[in-house]
Amino acid sequence: MSACRSTIRMTINGQLCTVQAPPMKRLLDVLREDLRLTGTKEGCGEGECGSCSVRMNGELINSCLVPILQAEGASIQTVEGLASHGVLHPLQDAFLQLGGAQCGICTPGMLMAAAQLLENNPHPSMTEIREGLAGNLCRCTGFMRIFESVLAAATQTSEKALEQPHHAR
Amino acid sequence: MSTSATTRIVGAPVPRKEGIDKLVGRAQYVDDITREDLWHGATVRSTIPRGIIRSIAFDPRIEWSEFTIVTAADVPGNNHIQLIVADQPCLAEGRVNHCDEPILLLAHPDRHKLLEAADAVHIEYDPLPAILSIEESEKQREIILGEDNSIKSFALEKGDVDSVWARAAHIVEGEYRTGAQEHLYIENNGMIAEWSAEHGITVWGSLQCPYYVHKTLRSVFDLPDDKVRVIQTETGGAFGGKEDYPSTLASHAGLLAMKSGHPIKMIYDRMEDLAATTKRHPSRIRHRTAVDKDGKLLAMEINLAIDGGAYSTLSSTVLSRATLHACGPYVCPNIRVRARAWATNTVPYGAFRGFGAPQAIFAMERHMDEIAAATGLDPVGLRRRNFLHEGDRNATDQLMREPVILDDLLDRALKESDYYGKRVRYAQENPKSAVRRGMGIAAFYHGSGFTGSGELYLNSLAGVHVTPDRKVRVLVSNTEFGQGTNTILTQIAAEALGLDFSDVMMAPADTAQIPNSGPTVASRTSMVVGRLVERASLQLLALLREHAALADHPTRDEFFAACDRYRAAHGAVESLCRYEAPPGIYWDDATYHGEAYGAYAWAIYVAQVAVDTVTYSAEVEDFWAVQEVGRVLHPVLAKGQIEGGVAQGIGYALYEKVVLQNGHMANNQMTNYIIPTAADVPPIHVHFEQIPFRYGGFGAKGIGELPHDGPAPAILNAIRDAAGVAFNAIPLLPEDLFATLAAREPVEEPVAL
Amino acid sequence: MRGNAEAHELIAPGSLTAVLNLLATEPGVWTPIAGGTELMVAYAAGRLNATRLVSLWGLSELRVIRATDQHMSIGAGATFTDLRKSAIVSEEFPLLAQAASWIGSIANQTRATVGGNLVNGSPAADSSPALLAYDAGIELISARGSRRVPYSEFHTGYKRTVLAADELLYAIHLPRRFARHRQYLRKVGTRRAMAIAKVALAGTALIESGTIREVRLAAASLAPSPTRLYRTEEILLGRQITKETLRAARAAILAEALPIDDIRSTAAYRRRVAANLLQEFLFQLGGEEFRP
Repeated sequence: MSACRSTIRMTINGQLCTVQAPPMKRLLDVLREDLRLTGTKEGCGEGECGSCSVRMNGELINSCLVPILQAEGASIQTVEGLASHGVLHPLQDAFLQLGGAQCGICTPGMLMAAAQLLENNPHPSMTEIREGLAGNLCRCTGFMRIFESVLAAATQTSEKALEQPHHAR
Repeated sequence: MSTSATTRIVGAPVPRKEGIDKLVGRAQYVDDITREDLWHGATVRSTIPRGIIRSIAFDPRIEWSEFTIVTAADVPGNNHIQLIVADQPCLAEGRVNHCDEPILLLAHPDRHKLLEAADAVHIEYDPLPAILSIEESEKQREIILGEDNSIKSFALEKGDVDSVWARAAHIVEGEYRTGAQEHLYIENNGMIAEWSAEHGITVWGSLQCPYYVHKTLRSVFDLPDDKVRVIQTETGGAFGGKEDYPSTLASHAGLLAMKSGHPIKMIYDRMEDLAATTKRHPSRIRHRTAVDKDGKLLAMEINLAIDGGAYSTLSSTVLSRATLHACGPYVCPNIRVRARAWATNTVPYGAFRGFGAPQAIFAMERHMDEIAAATGLDPVGLRRRNFLHEGDRNATDQLMREPVILDDLLDRALKESDYYGKRVRYAQENPKSAVRRGMGIAAFYHGSGFTGSGELYLNSLAGVHVTPDRKVRVLVSNTEFGQGTNTILTQIAAEALGLDFSDVMMAPADTAQIPNSGPTVASRTSMVVGRLVERASLQLLALLREHAALADHPTRDEFFAACDRYRAAHGAVESLCRYEAPPGIYWDDATYHGEAYGAYAWAIYVAQVAVDTVTYSAEVEDFWAVQEVGRVLHPVLAKGQIEGGVAQGIGYALYEKVVLQNGHMANNQMTNYIIPTAADVPPIHVHFEQIPFRYGGFGAKGIGELPHDGPAPAILNAIRDAAGVAFNAIPLLPEDLFATLAAREPVEEPVAL
Repeated sequence: MRGNAEAHELIAPGSLTAVLNLLATEPGVWTPIAGGTELMVAYAAGRLNATRLVSLWGLSELRVIRATDQHMSIGAGATFTDLRKSAIVSEEFPLLAQAASWIGSIANQTRATVGGNLVNGSPAADSSPALLAYDAGIELISARGSRRVPYSEFHTGYKRTVLAADELLYAIHLPRRFARHRQYLRKVGTRRAMAIAKVALAGTALIESGTIREVRLAAASLAPSPTRLYRTEEILLGRQITKETLRAARAAILAEALPIDDIRSTAAYRRRVAANLLQEFLFQLGGEEFRP
């Protein structure tokens, strides 16, 4: 049996596009294979690592868990759409200056999660940053450089940046 | 000497060289690359841990003519991966020695048909009894490797251990165990291969060591050097997990490419990567230690066993590093270490950040707290009493020629963490609280670079090359996989040449374009390769002064003008340097005596933990990492290395468990192999003391592996402090804490209602 | 990625009525998929047996949270992000808000729906203990009409529910009567985030003059499906919180819990931790003085 292809219209990084794909094809694969937007990565394929995080209709989602049919009409932002007119997004700049990216494979998803966090909450506390990024696994940094980058991008005051020990529940 | 000079670029937080590409999604990882007429490859693997392959049947429901099928019979050269001892087949031949061992390869243009086909290859076995633990292996009831299941053994002797026991005030014994650990790089292993009769084999992949892969491909395909080309693509994390395994994957992709005539892409999914690729060696380490009444170490007897898995791969060198780190950064006149790597019918264990040292240091530093408890001494005081200092000799009789500042590091760590203040406070608070807090410490050193004469054998060659369009390219085979190789080596070259950071770039990590400056492992890049790049740069300046009238303190333009003159007169502007050992180094492989490492990085780590008596879970609340790693070449990258290593070490101690069922990893999904998230990692406070090392690149020593050594013992020592119970095995999960802590609670019977 | 898009059909009829008619016409043929946080994982692992799927994502009829004087109703298509954003949920049903915040990660919460969490039937479902402790009712809908069952009767075994082949979970109704209740929820997972519950316990209780007048206890991962702990509740009902009550309650939950050993934990651990959590709740209810 073979499912027919659906015609899907989406706005990707501000540009209208149309793809023909089987309706169960994952948004992740459509981005990477059909649209060659390979900035979005696959780390686990089970919604655990967040490497494939993109923003869809103003919310953070894991693109490995979205069948393309459910993205019909959606507005999607990927890491390729974060910088505008050749200028790095403040988060990208902060990650560059403060060591938020090491191997870089979690970085696109991490940036999208951080962008979502700052949009919902322009001045997050450390606890809120931790929660906002908890779905994006990074194995290189131990997260400290990432937290610092997000704080810097949020132009947090230095006193807010001072972190309390991580108390047990 | 350059190490003491004021520097412009070395030591400055310049932006990561490839940073922007990674941040805008432009960096090309292997799965981001495609090819015309690309086919995909898949691997059919063993489902039993040991047995004879009786038959391989191909289900007729599949149209096999569409597929390329490769078995061991298709290997044109030697069917073995070329590591230390070439005993691991590239494809199993006749028998299998572990689960998930590759037996057969398939290629097809459609990835989905490939998966279906892989399921339709039916392999029957005559199973043989499998050995699945160190204990079963050492019983030798089944011999699965060599004559006695032993992959490698070492014996290290110093002084006269046997004479000490009778006069010791205390003899303390302990057994310590560490589990396997998965690297969990977020990018799985992947490779693209192309073959042509004219060019031979070319591979692009996620890997650490291009020349390791090159060596195996030469052998598997029986090709000369220039018919094998290995190109590293952007690599999404490695941690040692892409040191040895890519040689296997590159061979597989290459074999399919050769037979099919198509470019082949093989990208493991997470389940396959977890089940089939290497992990950290599990260990069992027994200590017996004699101390005098003041806590001075008199003798150590250490029996160290690691599980090497089914083939010898890198186990002998992992065992070597474990042996050399087994005694910690302490003075002890009488030492006996007996170390052995045992074969088991599990996926071969491989390189992982620290490479045997984390296992050995866990045992040593956990044991130090047991010695403290047995002798009634303060764990801090006990360590201080026995620290190595400049002029002392360590376990291999290596003279500590450089300053050793463990005392200073310890003072700093105690102060930063408020170690004593917190211990007092917790002693008061704990009895009244369901959450019990504690502080734990670990003192350790980590040898930089290859062990003993290893660097001499490597004979690394590295250099710099100036292009006609006025760019300097650093010529090394050392690769970037997040640690910062690109950045620090270009910093070093720019600094030494008096250029801007933006003038220098890395030559592509392509064996057709770079010399062999050794593998990117063993914390050797900054110290050893960095020094080679520094020397090559200085040598280039001398060359230009001599042959192209370069001024003494040239401007950037003068430098490039001199390069142009040199090129016009003599050809390529290039300078290469070969490794030279620091003077006065001797190492005896037979007795394990001498200069085990060119230099050591030193550290004191402190963990603050909370043990919740409701859930039996332990969490790290705060963490301090104080170390001396020579000159810090890049403050941000260096911090990032330490923090990342500490987080991985926390995972090693409290979260990460490889569950093997009949030799197969049963929890081979990210949802079941648990690593710390952003919500779990505590604040990590990093402090460096800097003592430039005269033989390291601009004074650097190794840094990458060090931070994985300390967290586990510091954390388990803190748990002992909090709970009053010693735990000697990691990973220490809540279920393990429960088993011990609940046993001390009153017995309760469920009541039938 | 082991799933094959070509091997599955997915349609989006666009309205609830159209979906119900489809299910009525071909009952058992179509598998509903909402946010995909469960089914897409099985799909990627090559374990999704359903070949024909019907999308519920974006059906506005299902994505509602509204309140009457007596009840708060949550449409089955409400996401956990929706729950966390709802003022009435966080004010009156804080345990549910808390549970929502523990589901996976932000990116999972934007897609995972309450209905999906329940229909999936996992014994470890994060929202279930809170819903059970709040005495939730479930409304099921089909082309035949709708019916209500107490949530406590919804799960009938491991990954089994009362849902008929042509039915959808339509809404969850929570009585607005817990303002005076003492409430407790704790999840013990494998880590702080992105964790599946090894055990979770929720409780609501009404205390009058030191006596437990009303109590509901519910747990995840203690039975083949999320479960009320009726027998333990019985032990507590009408009692003062005394040392003897604590002992009896522990004994009761140890007997009533029927956990298993699996890849995440052990039965012995789960049982004992459940008793410890219950005790922690009882301490909060007034047993503080009996803390050891």
